Amino acid sequence: MKKLGDFLISPVGSTEIVMGNTAIVRGMIESGVRVVTSYPGSPTPEIAAAITAIPKDKSPLYFEFSTNEKVATEVAFGASINGHLSTVFFKSVGLNVAADTFVQLGHMEVIGGMVIILGDDPGANSSQNEQDNRHYARLAYIPMLEPSTPTEAYTMFKKAAQLSIERCMPVILRMTTHVCHAKEKVTFSSWTPLPLDHSSRFNVDNGPYIPLTTKLVLPLKRRALEKLAQFGADADTSSLNTVINNNNPLYGIITMGAPLQSLQDVLEEAALKPDILKLGIIHPLPKQLVADFLRRHKEVKILEELDDFIEQQVKALAYDMDISTKIIGKQDYEDWLNEYTPEKVSTILQKTWLHLLPNKKPPTPLLHWSPRPAQLCPGCGHRSAFYAIKQALDPNDITVADIGCHTLGIMEPYKMGQVLLCMGHSSGTAAGLSLFNNSRKVVAFLGDSTFFHAGLPGIINAVFNHHNFTLILLDNGTTAMTGHQSHPGVGYNVNVSTEKIPIRRVLDGIGITNIREIDAYAQGQLTEAVKAALTEKGFKVIIAKHPCMLKAMRERSAAGKPLPPSVEITTDCNQNYTCVSTFACPTFQRNEDGSIIVHKDLCIGDGSCKQTCPTKAILHKRPKKEDNS
Amino acid sequence: MPDIKMDIYIIGVGGQGIGLLSEVIIRAADYAGFPVRGTDTHGLAQRGGTVSSCVRIGSHAHSSLIQAGCADMVIALEKNEALRGLYSHLRDGGTLIYYDIQWQPLLVRLKKERLLKSEDISAECQCRNILEYQITPTKLSNPKMQNIALLASIAKHNKIPGIDPLHYELALNDLLEGNKLENNLSLFRSLITAI
Repeated sequence: MKKLGDFLISPVGSTEIVMGNTAIVRGMIESGVRVVTSYPGSPTPEIAAAITAIPKDKSPLYFEFSTNEKVATEVAFGASINGHLSTVFFKSVGLNVAADTFVQLGHMEVIGGMVIILGDDPGANSSQNEQDNRHYARLAYIPMLEPSTPTEAYTMFKKAAQLSIERCMPVILRMTTHVCHAKEKVTFSSWTPLPLDHSSRFNVDNGPYIPLTTKLVLPLKRRALEKLAQFGADADTSSLNTVINNNNPLYGIITMGAPLQSLQDVLEEAALKPDILKLGIIHPLPKQLVADFLRRHKEVKILEELDDFIEQQVKALAYDMDISTKIIGKQDYEDWLNEYTPEKVSTILQKTWLHLLPNKKPPTPLLHWSPRPAQLCPGCGHRSAFYAIKQALDPNDITVADIGCHTLGIMEPYKMGQVLLCMGHSSGTAAGLSLFNNSRKVVAFLGDSTFFHAGLPGIINAVFNHHNFTLILLDNGTTAMTGHQSHPGVGYNVNVSTEKIPIRRVLDGIGITNIREIDAYAQGQLTEAVKAALTEKGFKVIIAKHPCMLKAMRERSAAGKPLPPSVEITTDCNQNYTCVSTFACPTFQRNEDGSIIVHKDLCIGDGSCKQTCPTKAILHKRPKKEDNS
Repeated sequence: MPDIKMDIYIIGVGGQGIGLLSEVIIRAADYAGFPVRGTDTHGLAQRGGTVSSCVRIGSHAHSSLIQAGCADMVIALEKNEALRGLYSHLRDGGTLIYYDIQWQPLLVRLKKERLLKSEDISAECQCRNILEYQITPTKLSNPKMQNIALLASIAKHNKIPGIDPLHYELALNDLLEGNKLENNLSLFRSLITAI
């Protein structure tokens, strides 16, 4: 086996097939990064997977999952002002959590260098929105680079680190989902390991680091603007921006990131290819380069995913410089939406220049096929919990979802969770829903990782302001949705033992007195607990706990232990379909004759279904003690 | 460097090992000397939802994504997903290879839609001049090895021209170790040599 950890720290260069997220980590090693922090979120978790694949005793990187993106950013900032090159990475919406800290960074002399990796998610593949984080670069006066391929992710990370160190300013590397996850053969350079340096170089003379009062804030802002302007002037001649010259004086296209690859795919079929200006530096705009490109063409299309970030700046620049080139930006709302995949780019180009691409026969009309949305895994404690909770609620009651695997409870047949904003919103939103409301009970859900991430302020607020709702903490002992990363409650972080911070004791410490703790598989008890809580006044917490069974089964399989035997349906089955329609574990499937089968590929033998059958027709052969360790 | 144009769309259900199957084909194509790139869908989809992966072999590919209706081949690990891939990505005249098992989608389990039949897929294939290969499931000690069973079938019948069984084995060697490698390699070899 080719060990990922070995090649990432190999002093000799190599050529490997890797995804963008992995390529970046080799860039970190070669650049001399020392401190890396994160909170898990798609599309970036494989960066952490690559870092943790490096044997700890050989790794030049200190890595931690912090409690949330804001804290992660602060840890990386602290390391940098102490003279150590740092990197923080997280998903698109993670920047909203980090924003309070992030917007200050451009004002600071980060003497060790600091690279912020953002995993934007056009198309909202695994996020609650598809926000365009390029706006944040502008807001915070921080330069932003954007790669198109894994190879560029690697080389641009190194460039970002170098620029950040040289200029003592943070630099953003903006990735998008299909740059993070694209795989290709990348050629890596050699690397000379340097001894780890434990000296502290924090010095207030590098500052000021206290941005208070007009007297201090304004000079810091002025310096940030000056640095950014210098970065922009240098961007005009930077090799990070490239012109692909197809000798077309009529048409030009300005693009960047993943859309460049889509464009090149689509142009394979074009007889006459437009010239392309590919921006690697997204912010600040390389003005002279863009102006020259505009002047050399009659019409220029701005091909950018999501918002009109570059378009607005290019149009302003053309106005200021009196350039008469026709600039074609977004033409309708569809152009603002979704990933710029090759087919999307093809559609956009056909709208832009009618005859550029050959007429294609319209794609085969899509017939209906059954959707297969993500769902709770077989044996998931959340399924048991939702099944039990639903029985305690009146259909008129209000349920508030939060982010985690338990968000999947919003789907059929459970339909638990009717409103969702972001990580940790549930207690706050539930509190508001309970005001001026004397008829409908309010129930909020929250996961264990999110409890520590952003859940606590809402919970403390509920106590502080005597709110009247029930919070159900669905505790599966891991950050399951993003791939089982650790959190403060689990007793380890990135393979290092830590002191567990028990959720129950935190709640006790806050002063919450109405707390119930129940195994999520104990459905009857859970139903009764919810019923009881709903009759009580004030803020009530129910912890419905069961370990993530996907994680447990993987650990079992890795240890070479066989899975417990599947459940079986006995002849007592009278086909009332509770198992398949109401409990709805994917293990239960229907034969055409109406009988129910247990799908052996799926059943993990957990037996949480057994109690749901009114005729006791689910046979669960418990494994013998020695198999069940 | 040899070159072909072969865009392969791989589709299945989260948990079936689509990621490994796709990475084996990418690496095997590389061992065979072809330029190759690709991408997986990650995130939420791994929780029992549809998972897909693009493998693009040849110098024509810039993006890691295959355009709708432009795949030369769809490889599916499940019957409903075979139909999905057929509709969404396979070009007319392309090749469909699918492992003939059924993991019922939610609406079928909830009895809001009917059960899919193999004939539904064959009818669509005939209508669009698509070569259809239905792989009959083999008795496996572990259902997690269905991806390797399907791979063995692809290798044995040389479905991806220029990629030989040895290339797939080299790829498996890159990606697995210990018992897992031994079990998968021995299954792969036994299915290739089986009549």
